[in-house]
Amino acid sequence: MSKVHVLTSINGDAVEFLCEPHQSLLEVLRDELGLTGTKEGCATGDCGACSVMIDERLVCSCLMLGVEAEGVEVTTIEGIAGADGLHVIQQKYLEHAALQCGICTPGFIVATKALLDKNPDPDETTIRYWLAGNLCRCTGYDKIVRAVQDAAQSLAYEA
Amino acid sequence: MGAYAYLAPTSVEEALSTLAAEAAAGNRAQMLAGGTDVMVQMRSIDKGPRTFVDVKHVAEANELHIGDDEVFIGAGIASAVLNENAELKGILPGLIEAADLIGSTQIQGRATIGGNLCNSSPAGDTIPALIACGAVCVIASPGGNREVPTEDFVTGVGTNVLEPTEFLIGFRIPRPKGRTSDAYLRFIPRTEMDIAVCGAGVALTLDESGVCTAAKVSIGAVAITALVVPGAAAALVGTAVDDQALAAAADASSALSKPITDKRGTVEYRRKVVGVLTKRAGAIARDRALAL
Ligand SMILES: Cc1cc2nc3c(=O)[nH]c(=O)nc-3n(C[C@H](O)[C@H](O)[C@H](O)COP(=O)(O)OP(=O)(O)OC[C@H]3O[C@@H](n4cnc5c(N)ncnc54)[C@H](O)[C@@H]3O)c2cc1C
Ligand code: FES
Ligand code: FES
Repeated sequence: MSKVHVLTSINGDAVEFLCEPHQSLLEVLRDELGLTGTKEGCATGDCGACSVMIDERLVCSCLMLGVEAEGVEVTTIEGIAGADGLHVIQQKYLEHAALQCGICTPGFIVATKALLDKNPDPDETTIRYWLAGNLCRCTGYDKIVRAVQDAAQSLAYEA
Repeated sequence: MGAYAYLAPTSVEEALSTLAAEAAAGNRAQMLAGGTDVMVQMRSIDKGPRTFVDVKHVAEANELHIGDDEVFIGAGIASAVLNENAELKGILPGLIEAADLIGSTQIQGRATIGGNLCNSSPAGDTIPALIACGAVCVIASPGGNREVPTEDFVTGVGTNVLEPTEFLIGFRIPRPKGRTSDAYLRFIPRTEMDIAVCGAGVALTLDESGVCTAAKVSIGAVAITALVVPGAAAALVGTAVDDQALAAAADASSALSKPITDKRGTVEYRRKVVGVLTKRAGAIARDRALAL
């Protein structure tokens, strides 16, 4: 089978890779590029553990082909923290104990970043609907919602 | 044994010649829009090799026009993009709320109404909404474009009128005039992320005195394809879409439905609920039209 050459941008860096035409972007990130922060929960679009941003839009990387990354900007969990440490969103997830096993957490954090980039002051209903495509087996969601609210406040305060 | 391949044509002409060349070579070609059905199916019920032909780079399939008489929505446009278009949402609120029901934020960023229709599931949420608002499918075909009303597009569970060398470019929808509006409702056991137990789309026009002069009703997930319910439309026309008319429309939907029993609901339950949804969607469409 002939591999396809793809030129893309991941977390601000130009990246080239070869992949099979039917490999998902999730498989490419994890297995070809070693970016294992993005998780696979279901591979069918239901759990959101594989969430990444494509040109500012939140998507499931398990439902996208690697070849579709040609020419776009991909942001993964590895691109969220800054040079000087964790992003406020990550910090707030820690402070609020909004994670236990952590498998869902990268997806939740990328989804939270996408939400707050678009809507810096979401109400609780908006937060819950926005995150409805991210499943968590452990926390019961309430701590996650509190972490998102607190992160939104901190970001507003910083701005 | 064929192989997997991926092609991204940028025009209708190029896409048609791609499909023709794949067919001539004996390869299976599959159109790819948001991939939210294709990718799931590739991992479960449909694993074989194929050439993916991506519709998202076809210029014509990315067009969105809101004209005086007609709205055109390209088949390659993601639901989230449609939902963020305030003008479109104001003109066709029922269709856009149906598109908005599909999946999570992540799914919305990719899924298209074209993919929803072409996947041709009995439970596809946008199909009754497309039918209600009179959408016509514009199909690219080797002999030139052809047009098929949405209600004639789906032929069975997962099957439709497209030939292997054809694809959907987009939808022509008559621009609602005067006091015309639409609504779509579905019922699911959760509040997000589930497949419809049943759904109902209603589009209607009211005159100056609030009397209904035209209506179209379509119901989903209660037969192998979405159904048009002429009896429900007839029950609304000539009335003020009052409780009595809505109850008659509900009865017409229940009577026409041919649901099955599965884990999401029994035949009796679906029949009852599809009537309730018809009534409620009718009331929402009426109130929207009155507010225009
Ligand atoms: C988690 C999750 C939740 C979901 N929730 C819902 C829901 O609530 N309601 C619902 O109705 N669906 C739901 N779906 C199913 C799916 O998201 C929708 O059917 C969606 O609209 C499909 O659009 P797509 O662009 O992703 O299609 P794709 O997966 O790209 O394509 C679907 C089919 O249509 C064909 N096709 C696509 N575009 C064209 C074209 N232009 N011309 C010819 N053929 C074409 C493809 O070949 C394929 O057979 C859900 C899916 C997931 C994964
Ligand atoms: S792994 Fe992609 S949604 Fe679950
Ligand atoms: S922390 Fe375990 S699944 Fe969310």
